[in-house]
Amino acid sequence: MSTSTLLEVQGLKVHYPRPGAGWFSKADPVRAVDGVSFVVPRGKTVGLVGESGSGKTTTGRAIVKLAPVSAGKIIWEGVDIGQMDNRAFLPWRKKVQMVFQDPYGSLNPRADILGILSEPLEIHFPQLNRSDREARCAELLKKVGLKPEQMRRHPHEFSGGQRQRIGIARALAVQPELIVCDEPVSALDVSVQASVVNLLQDLQDELGVAYLFIAHDLAVVEHISHHVLVMEKGLVVEQGTPEQILGSPQHPYTRTLLDAVPKF
Amino acid sequence: MAEQPLLRVRNLGVSFRSGGVESMASCGVTYDLSPGEILAVVGESGSGKSVSALALTRLLPPEPACMITGSVELQGRELVGLSETELTKVRGKQIAYIFQEPGTSMNPVYTVGFQIAEAVKAHRPEISNVQSTVEASLDAVGIREPARAAASYPHELSGGMLQRAMIAMALACDPKVLVADEPTTALDVTIQKQIMELLARLRKERGMSILLITHNFGIVANMADNVFVMNQGRVVEQGSVKAVMGSPQHPYTRGLIGCIPRLGQRRRRLSTLEDALRESETQRK
Repeated sequence: MSTSTLLEVQGLKVHYPRPGAGWFSKADPVRAVDGVSFVVPRGKTVGLVGESGSGKTTTGRAIVKLAPVSAGKIIWEGVDIGQMDNRAFLPWRKKVQMVFQDPYGSLNPRADILGILSEPLEIHFPQLNRSDREARCAELLKKVGLKPEQMRRHPHEFSGGQRQRIGIARALAVQPELIVCDEPVSALDVSVQASVVNLLQDLQDELGVAYLFIAHDLAVVEHISHHVLVMEKGLVVEQGTPEQILGSPQHPYTRTLLDAVPKF
Repeated sequence: MAEQPLLRVRNLGVSFRSGGVESMASCGVTYDLSPGEILAVVGESGSGKSVSALALTRLLPPEPACMITGSVELQGRELVGLSETELTKVRGKQIAYIFQEPGTSMNPVYTVGFQIAEAVKAHRPEISNVQSTVEASLDAVGIREPARAAASYPHELSGGMLQRAMIAMALACDPKVLVADEPTTALDVTIQKQIMELLARLRKERGMSILLITHNFGIVANMADNVFVMNQGRVVEQGSVKAVMGSPQHPYTRGLIGCIPRLGQRRRRLSTLEDALRESETQRK
C-alpha cells in the first residue's frame, strides 16, 4: 500500500439558503460545512467524527456530489471535481461510492439483489452482458459474506446487518477507489456492528480501497481509522492519528466525545 | 435486596400463534426488581428482550394470537390474566414505557404538551392544574424552556429533546417502574450519555425502578445494578453486573462483551459473537 494522495479536500464549504429569506433581505445562509480541508491517502481509512448537525454527513455527500459545493476544491488525482456538472462527473462517480446509514431505506424494496447490484454495472460497465453481470453479482455476494443463491431475494428478506452487507456490495460493484461510509454501523446491534467493521477492514486489505468513515461513535472511528478528523459546527476542530486524538485531545469538544464513550 | 421486590416475575413466557403455528418468543424469564434498582436486559435483536418487557402489561396482541404464561406480580398483585380495563390502569400509571424511536412514539399532529397532558388526565384525574404538571415534568428531565417545549410539535424538537419529552411523559404519571426499551440506540453517543445520566438521576431522586433494555454492555456497565442476558428467548445468564461482566460464564455473554470497540485498545479485528461461540465449541471438544 503506497501512501500517495487519493483525494484532497481544500476549504470545502457547503452553504444552504435559509428558508424564509425574502426577495430583498439576504438572510445569512446555513453553513453546514464551513471550510474543511483534509487528505485521504490511497488504501487508508480517514475517520470523520462529530455529533448530528456537525456537518460530517454533508462533507461526505459533497465528495460524491450529493450536496452542492459552495466553495473550495475537491481534488481527485489533480483534477478539481467540486465544480464539475453531473455529466462531466460521471466517469469519476465510478471511483467514489457511498454506503448509507439506514440499511432499510437505502435499498429499493421492489428490486431483487441481482437488480440492485446490476444497476451500477449497467451504467459504468455497459460492455458487460447479462450473464457477466450475474457472475459479478455472485462474486460480490461471496465477498461480503452472503450466498450467491440469495441473489433473487428482495431486501425485506434480509436482516439489518445483511442489508448493510448488500449496501457494501453495491458500492464495491464498480471497483471504486474510495467508499464514503456514512454511519454504516450506527443502526446495527453491537454484535452485528463488529462483524460489519471487520468486513470493511478485510475488504480494505484485499482490495486496497480507501474509506471516509463517518460516525458519531469515537470508539468505532478510533478502531478503524488511520487518521481521525473531529468536526463541530461545520469545522474540523482537531485532527491527527487515533493515538494523538486519544492520548492528548486538544479541543474540549474532542474530550466531550471521548467522555461519551461508555468505559468498563 | 432484603426488602420485598417491587416486581416479581416468574417463568414468564410469550408465544405467538399465527396460521395454527405457535412460535415461542421468550420463555422461563424469572427475576425480581427491587425499589430503586436498575435491572438491565441484554441481548441481540430477536432475543426476546423487548417482548418479555412488553408482556409485563400485555402491550401485545390479545389472545389467542399471543399467549402469555407464568406470573408477573407488582407489589403482590398478579398482572397476568387481568382484563384489558384493569391493565390500562397499570400501564403508564404504575409501569411506564419509553421506546427506542422517540420520533415515532409521539403523535406528529399534536403538541408535545398536549400528549403529556393526555397521559396525566388519564392516569391522575385528581390533578386539577394539568398544565403546571406537564411543565414540571418537562423541567425535571432537564428541558430548559418547558413552556416552549410543551407548545412544540414533535418535529420541532431534536431526537435527544424528544426522548427527554418521552421520559417526561412517563414521569408525569409518577410510575413505580420505568421500562426503557433501547432508549438511546437511535441517538448520538453524547446525547446517549446525557439521557443515561438523566435516568440515573431520576432513579436516585425518585427511587424509581428501571428495567433497561439494551444490546450494549457498555451502557450496562455504567448504569445497572443487575443484569440478565437473553438469547433466543431464554435467559442464559443472570446476576449482578459486577459478577456477570467480571467473569461471564456463558459464551454468548462473552461474545456480547467482547464485540464492543473500546478506546485505547486498538486491535486488528473486533471479536464477534461467532468467534466467542466457536471458541467455546472447540473447548468443549
